[in-house]
Amino acid sequence: MGLNIKHKVAVVGAGMSNVMRRAEETGRELSFYAVKEALKNSGLTIEDVECVVMATAPDAFDGVHMKGEYLADGAGAFRKPYMRSYVGGGSGVFAIIHGWYMVASGMFKTCLVVAEEKMSSAQPHPQAAFNSIYDHTLERPLGVNLLWIFALEMNRYMSVHKIPLEDIALVSVKNKRNGLDHPCTQVGAEVTVKEVLESEIMAWPVHRLMVSPTSDAAAAIVIARDDIARRVSEQPVWIKGVGWNLDTAFWTNRDLYYPDYVEKAARMAYEMAGITNPRKEIHVVEPYDPFAYKELHHLEGLLLADRGKAPELLKKGVFDRDGELPSCPSGGLLGVGNPIAAAGLMKVCEIFWQLRGEAGKRQVKNNPKTGLAQAWGDLMQVGTVVILSVN
Amino acid sequence: MEPKVIRGRDLKRDEFEKALKVEYHPEARYAWDAGYAVGKFLEGLKQGKILGVRCRRCRRILVPPRAFCELCFVPIDEWLELKDTGTVNTFSISYVSMDVKRLEEPEIPAVIEIDGASPGVGILHKLGEVDDPKNVKIGMKVKAVWKPEKERTGAITDILYFKPLEE
Ligand SMILES: [Zn+2]
Repeated sequence: MGLNIKHKVAVVGAGMSNVMRRAEETGRELSFYAVKEALKNSGLTIEDVECVVMATAPDAFDGVHMKGEYLADGAGAFRKPYMRSYVGGGSGVFAIIHGWYMVASGMFKTCLVVAEEKMSSAQPHPQAAFNSIYDHTLERPLGVNLLWIFALEMNRYMSVHKIPLEDIALVSVKNKRNGLDHPCTQVGAEVTVKEVLESEIMAWPVHRLMVSPTSDAAAAIVIARDDIARRVSEQPVWIKGVGWNLDTAFWTNRDLYYPDYVEKAARMAYEMAGITNPRKEIHVVEPYDPFAYKELHHLEGLLLADRGKAPELLKKGVFDRDGELPSCPSGGLLGVGNPIAAAGLMKVCEIFWQLRGEAGKRQVKNNPKTGLAQAWGDLMQVGTVVILSVN
Repeated sequence: MEPKVIRGRDLKRDEFEKALKVEYHPEARYAWDAGYAVGKFLEGLKQGKILGVRCRRCRRILVPPRAFCELCFVPIDEWLELKDTGTVNTFSISYVSMDVKRLEEPEIPAVIEIDGASPGVGILHKLGEVDDPKNVKIGMKVKAVWKPEKERTGAITDILYFKPLEE
């Protein structure tokens, strides 16, 4: 990797809509709201935005062909260079990577990154829309179900490391509690380990309260070149490192207990950011948590915990808001909601607010200077990572 | 002053039912050619055989078969018959259908490492003839239960399921 990057790039604004089971608004309306919020305190106006990157699920998901074009007006992309990026759940962080290189390359001075999902349109339940990720010839005829891959991966992770179910339930307890303090939350709640373990079994070992909901929402950030960022913003949040990686679609040929591709994405971002000891140099983290075990699995892939040891650190309180390495202080996908492509960008927004000390009741206690957001997706295949810093 | 922008309002289920909306029921139909490698694999299934391939460069024996090795990025042309037995690599006991309806009888999807393939190399299938799902374990030996020969069509479902193998 040749790190011959032309420009320093910063995030100068962030905003998001409510996260909801069934939004009254269209995806276009939600996007418009998120963009307005992101621009509000950015020091920039829509006229200053030179290009737009949009993340949203494939067309079949919503039944809207050329959905990127459909959403463009709400995303502020009218008559602007516009690009759509998508890697499943990994999209929200994939999109900021695209936004970053639009500006880092010297091509543009500013970029607006928008992510939207409206899952409630798919009937009778959006879950079925996911089934076409499986191989059409060898897997779909078996009557697949999206929960399977998570259950299979979770079982493998638990079995290899001998992790008890109670330890994984703690992730739901922490994130749902954190979510209560998020103004946009759909599923913030006070729950106990017992309640998580007694919730309905969906696909063993996955219980209902270990699964993030289906959601509607939009999120947006504004990105600017260093000279602009310093001029318009009192506290630019610098994009220090980006990384992404995709593993093989032959997922039954890999050991699911560890996400190698997340590690590869993380190492790429750490190298670019000049981070050699992530456990000391990352102060707040938003790993992707669509299922409870996923947060632990990803903390290990991000090298923020030894393999199989994230559950112990969780029990010790290391990942609490007042812990040494607060993880998912927003509440994450389990505590706020999971609007697929928007979920990752929602995490980027949280790191932006945390580093600027603007997270209100969610503010972590360790005065963070550097944070990391990560998303994940496709057929248990993709890792996307961004490192942000006020230094 | 600009009018206020709405942050988003969550509709209750009954509000959603009553909300003004249009419905669309697409009838999407596709026919997927299995391709070269999987096509040959399906022909094998029709004959009651699980076929694998070996990469001449990395020597991995792979199933499902593929026309090229994604690791070495070279073509693969060496075919071999694997056993129809294997080991449970991971499994789930699923109580919901694809659109999250409750199933009366749970299904047991599993990744099964196929005997004769490289370690850790498996396929997705289901387990059957399991007395009590609680007794399913990772590491358990299993064997394919095939459809009667006349009913096979050259599909992954020519294997009905894998059943626990008596020790
Ligand atoms: Zn090879």
